[in-house]
Amino acid sequence: MALPLKASILVFAMFSQFLFAQEPDPVLGKKLFNSNCAACHKVNKKAVGPALRGASTKYEKEWLYSWIKNSSAMIKSGDDQAVAIWEEYNKSAMTAFPQLSTDDIDNIIAYTDYIPPAPAVVASDSNQTTNSNLSSGIANEIILGALGFVFIMLIFMLISVRRTLLRIAIASGVDITPPSKPKRVPIWKAFAQNQFIVFVSVILLLLSSAYYAYGFLMQVGVDQGYMPVQPIHYSHKIHAGVNQIECKYCHSSARVSKHSGIPSLNVCMNCHQNIAEYNGEEDLDNGYTKEFYTKEIKKLYAAVGWDEENQVYTGNTEPVKWVRIHNLPDFVYFNHAQHVMVGEVKCQTCHGPVEEMEIMYQYSPLTMGWCINCHRKTNVKVENNEYYTKIHEELSKKYGVEKLTVAQMGGLECGKCHY
Amino acid sequence: MATNKTYWKSIDQLDQDNSIVAKLEQNEFPEKLPQDFKKDDSKIEDSSSSRRDFLKYIGFSTAAATVAACEGPVIKSVPYVVQPEQIIPGVANFYATAIADGYDFASVLVKTREGRPIKIESNPDSPILGSANARVHASVLSMYDSLRLKSPKFNQSDIKWGSFMLQFKEKLRLFNSSKKPLVLLTQTFASPTTQELINKLIAKYSNIKHVVYDTISESYALDAYENIYGTRGLADYDFSKADTIISIDADILGDWQGGGYDVEYSNGRIPKKNNGKFKMSYHMQFESNMSLSGANADKRIPVTPVSLKNILAFIYGKLSNQPVNCKLEPNDKKAALLAIKKIKKSGHKAVLVSGIQETNAQELVLAINSLIKSDAFDITHPKLIRQGNSSEVNQLVKDLIKGDISGLITVGVNPVYNLSEGVKLGEAIKKLDFSAVFSLKMDETASVSQFVGALPHYLESWGDYEFKTDQFLLAQPTIHPLFDTRQFQSVLIDILDLEEDYYSFIKKYWTDNILSGTSFSKTLHDGYFTKSRSTKSAEMVNFQDMINKANFLCVDKEKGMSLILYSKTGMGDGQQANNPWLQEFPDPITRVSWDNYLTVSKSDAELIGLKNINVANGALNGSYATITMGDTKLTTPVLVQPGQAKGTVGLAFGYGKKIGLKNEMQSGVNAYLLYQNQNKVQQVSISPAEGYHEFACVQLHNTLMGRGDIVKETTLEIFNTKDKEYWNPVPRVSKNHIETKITSPEVDMWQGFDRSIGHHFNLSIDLNSCTGCGACVIACHAENNVPVVGKVEVRRSRDMHWLRIDRYYSSEESFDSDNDTKENISGLGALSTFKGMENASENPQVVFQPVMCQHCNHAPCETVCPVAATSHGRQGQNHMAYNRCIGTRYCANNCPYKVRRFNWFLYNKNDEFDYHMNNDLGRMVLNPDVVVRSRGVMEKCSFCIQKTQKTILDAKLEGREVKDGEFQTACSKACGNGSMVFGDINDKESEISKLKENERMYHLLESVGTKPNVMYQTKVRNIDKT
Repeated sequence: MALPLKASILVFAMFSQFLFAQEPDPVLGKKLFNSNCAACHKVNKKAVGPALRGASTKYEKEWLYSWIKNSSAMIKSGDDQAVAIWEEYNKSAMTAFPQLSTDDIDNIIAYTDYIPPAPAVVASDSNQTTNSNLSSGIANEIILGALGFVFIMLIFMLISVRRTLLRIAIASGVDITPPSKPKRVPIWKAFAQNQFIVFVSVILLLLSSAYYAYGFLMQVGVDQGYMPVQPIHYSHKIHAGVNQIECKYCHSSARVSKHSGIPSLNVCMNCHQNIAEYNGEEDLDNGYTKEFYTKEIKKLYAAVGWDEENQVYTGNTEPVKWVRIHNLPDFVYFNHAQHVMVGEVKCQTCHGPVEEMEIMYQYSPLTMGWCINCHRKTNVKVENNEYYTKIHEELSKKYGVEKLTVAQMGGLECGKCHY
Repeated sequence: MATNKTYWKSIDQLDQDNSIVAKLEQNEFPEKLPQDFKKDDSKIEDSSSSRRDFLKYIGFSTAAATVAACEGPVIKSVPYVVQPEQIIPGVANFYATAIADGYDFASVLVKTREGRPIKIESNPDSPILGSANARVHASVLSMYDSLRLKSPKFNQSDIKWGSFMLQFKEKLRLFNSSKKPLVLLTQTFASPTTQELINKLIAKYSNIKHVVYDTISESYALDAYENIYGTRGLADYDFSKADTIISIDADILGDWQGGGYDVEYSNGRIPKKNNGKFKMSYHMQFESNMSLSGANADKRIPVTPVSLKNILAFIYGKLSNQPVNCKLEPNDKKAALLAIKKIKKSGHKAVLVSGIQETNAQELVLAINSLIKSDAFDITHPKLIRQGNSSEVNQLVKDLIKGDISGLITVGVNPVYNLSEGVKLGEAIKKLDFSAVFSLKMDETASVSQFVGALPHYLESWGDYEFKTDQFLLAQPTIHPLFDTRQFQSVLIDILDLEEDYYSFIKKYWTDNILSGTSFSKTLHDGYFTKSRSTKSAEMVNFQDMINKANFLCVDKEKGMSLILYSKTGMGDGQQANNPWLQEFPDPITRVSWDNYLTVSKSDAELIGLKNINVANGALNGSYATITMGDTKLTTPVLVQPGQAKGTVGLAFGYGKKIGLKNEMQSGVNAYLLYQNQNKVQQVSISPAEGYHEFACVQLHNTLMGRGDIVKETTLEIFNTKDKEYWNPVPRVSKNHIETKITSPEVDMWQGFDRSIGHHFNLSIDLNSCTGCGACVIACHAENNVPVVGKVEVRRSRDMHWLRIDRYYSSEESFDSDNDTKENISGLGALSTFKGMENASENPQVVFQPVMCQHCNHAPCETVCPVAATSHGRQGQNHMAYNRCIGTRYCANNCPYKVRRFNWFLYNKNDEFDYHMNNDLGRMVLNPDVVVRSRGVMEKCSFCIQKTQKTILDAKLEGREVKDGEFQTACSKACGNGSMVFGDINDKESEISKLKENERMYHLLESVGTKPNVMYQTKVRNIDKT
């Protein structure tokens, strides 16, 4: 949807450039709208401020210019329309935009009033393709059915041929009993009688079953790849990947605490107060349509108690019960701040390519061996940290190395993680 | 090979018709198999399940459990909808507040995690009572008491606060209009705003009379101070300024006059160099019971209460050069003369205190300290933490029982339990027109009253206090009230129709009257505020007729037994009796937990026929005795107490409570029944009673038997004059017949590990300043999720305390002579001499020694662990990986210090151990940074590795080095006395490094060669042999 719209605007804009040079430009207007207005306004829908489509018909142009440039002055001056809208929107005045020229405002209005031509052609196209798909599906079934029929017929014919031949043989007195072979010891008996082979194979059997049993037991309690269904379909791919939101923006306690923390819902609302619907790319194969994502945003609103219509919090909250993915046993102490801030370990090192995960899952095994291996390999990040200055100098001299690994700093000691 | 022979078992088999033979033919076991089932044999026989069924069930459940265990549970995480700004999951917040429960008063810091308080710590910055004792440390658990009142009640059924207040106010109005007298009986609040509100209440309802009541009275001292200085308060003492401390029955390290003196006292007990010589204070204690103060004194004289009075009067006479007619026993006289000599020598650097409950005696104390112009004596700013008036209380009780008063409101007190006439009082309260109780718990008084107002715990309340004139404190809630409770102050505000809440009332009052411009928020943050001190001269001094008062004290010896009631370090006045930490806390002196008992001297015990015996399973049993006082009879277990004055017995308050306590906590007997007229000394007679009581005593071996290398001690004289080698020698072992110091690498069979890089933690414990108060024990409980195991298990020596405070008595006059005796043992008499040394002396020297895991650098436990569950960290900590431990207990057997504790059972979520870890509320106190151990694993002190790691991480996050004093363990943090110092010995400038170089330093059982990271500082006693 986004592409044809953009294209049609572009076409429209090119025409306008040539034909009506003085006319307001919706392309420029979109840019201006996104950088100045989008925080509080939407084109078609009420947000913090009113929807902007149709504003130009509702209000005089001149009135709009002065309102946008300094709304509070208008409210103070007692302009009826101004006061009315101020009261409608919880008496919060709109930010003044003295930097916008009247041309700019015209451009914005041009954008907000722009109605894209209906994408009729595209729609009919897609209809046709579905039709052809449908017909080819039917053809396949017919072919498969015919083939099956032929196959069954073949089997039937073969059986009847054999029966006929047998009858002929009996009639012409041919002896068809197979010649008796000398009696041989069946292979399983021979196997059972050879004690050496039995012995070796039992040992092999035991060893291999021990191997598999060990493998099975070692994965007990290891939930690598655990990907539970969450109460709200939250896509890390969209947030951390497409929109490049820094991990610690939401998981802020990872900076200071042992827990990275699941963000509280008010953190979500920092953005989602304005982002009420999804307009990004869709993944139709998996059913992730725009409507699907928008529905998930509504779930957030329900949980946090946000009345979208009136743009107020109702106070009826329902905390979200997320399913915890990364679980360490109680007897392990792990501290996010230590790794993320002191060690400057990237979140992805343990959590994997989160920015590509549509559904979050456990990337690492989170076993002790996994921890230890990393501690053995990773160098301690000592630069610009006065805590390490002295100890690093002395220890690296002792071990005769340039850089110390976590293990050399004592990161393999039991008590460092188990208390 | 088949055979046709028949083997006959008996001749009866010849008879084919013998029914017995036929019956036995197929029965292998004609007799019933012996079974181990103790009872209900019949049930087992009746049961239709066979042995095969049993095996089937076992097999199935094992398989089912195995299959189920492979599937991980689904864990839900529920974040805040709106996260409070100051709460970050995983990060602790500290708030300054104050406890003032009527008995314990202290300024404290509260550690909260995710909005719930989990630990109380001292507020070291507070200028007054900033050191939390064991009970204050434990008070956080009392908030999570599942038996607390959860809503207000009217006639024993729950109602809403709205209708409660409506009916309550109506009653007040009715009483006022009919001018019926109404008494408001409260604890000591020491709170300016509460006093203001009560004043307003009385102004509105003139029929209300306010009576203040302390469960354990200091009324005489208050009266004395009031008589002489005009205000009702208690003189304050700073024992750090005293060179000579003479205490006549004042338990200055216990709860005497509200307590809180141990920090300054300990300060003066550490030998400090002054003009080339080490000096420390001299402490002499006259007392009847063995108290903590007596145990710490340089000289202790056990005397009867009568003699105490005579001694005080005698000392006053001698000091003021006036004649007194007291007859002293020769020994007492000798001691009194020594005290006088010491006082005269120290002059204004001496101080005399007394706990004798008589106004005359208390006035004499004030007179003596004024006379010698004691530096330690502060009368200009009296303490206000005891305000109770015994005579008013006694009058009130009489009036109530007589029926002269028809209305009673009690706040924070429980007179039905705490008064000797409690039972009669309870009956009287039942008959009252109007009775209301404001209480934390459904206690004895609440259960007979009409209105019961549920009070919040102090950690859920606002408050303000003036512990001492001009020393103000603020208290703030650290958690939203857990139950439907309301502060008494808020109730008063409601009654007075003031249109504000208590918080704004405090804020307004403080801004107007106290702060004079200082920021309220800053004060709330600090928790305390000191008003610029007006140097009030003690004008109203009114010492009159003192010599007559002294003579009045001179009494002849009384016949019979004197009972001295006292409060135990753990239990105090008994408010927190439902606190399992305090119940399991072993008394510092007797080392008995879960009980109170009659302490009797050895000679009296023999005379009356009372016994203590050690039984086969290593536990202590004691005979019962009946105390008779007038009509009151009380049967208590007996504990033979070394140091108990002959002719006296002691009994602790706070036990024997029955209402509002879990079954396990209903231990001991109620000593308040004998607390007539709120006088702690009573004349009683003791007679033996049937049976033996089973004690849960954690230390049966009471003497050191001359093993001076466990507790090293010396006298100040030797310390000053002789070499270290004389009084604190390093033990030697023989190598190739050459005596070599144990510290030499020559005799070390271990390969040392270089610990000079990074941190190396050490803990120093100064035996001079350790008073044995036990705050560290409770702090350790709280910090490390140490379970409570209950009386039965403690009796089986399965207590879980990571930190114990060993107490040793000398078997002769002093430990020194014990050592001599042991040295001189030879020949055949050795066995009997050793046997004799097991018994403590009649008046022994006492020493306290906190022992926790010594974190040996060469640890015997580590080498014997088959699974390497215990191993050594380079920072000097002996690690214990619980998840690795398989419970062989080899380590505990190989530990020379016996500090490892084994989880014999699952102590959490187990109905068999119905203490705090068995309910959701009680588990809220658990520290989320420390794992809760399961059954079958060994555990022990970790040097609070969670705290040292946190300190290191904080430094790393801020990119700086760790400063000295930042490293703390729970015990070192709790030790207000400065006896326990923790730190990094690789930091050469740190306090701990200096302590390690101190001449007094020694290691416990150094000769074993374990190279511990815990060190002790030799105890120095201020004794001159002359």
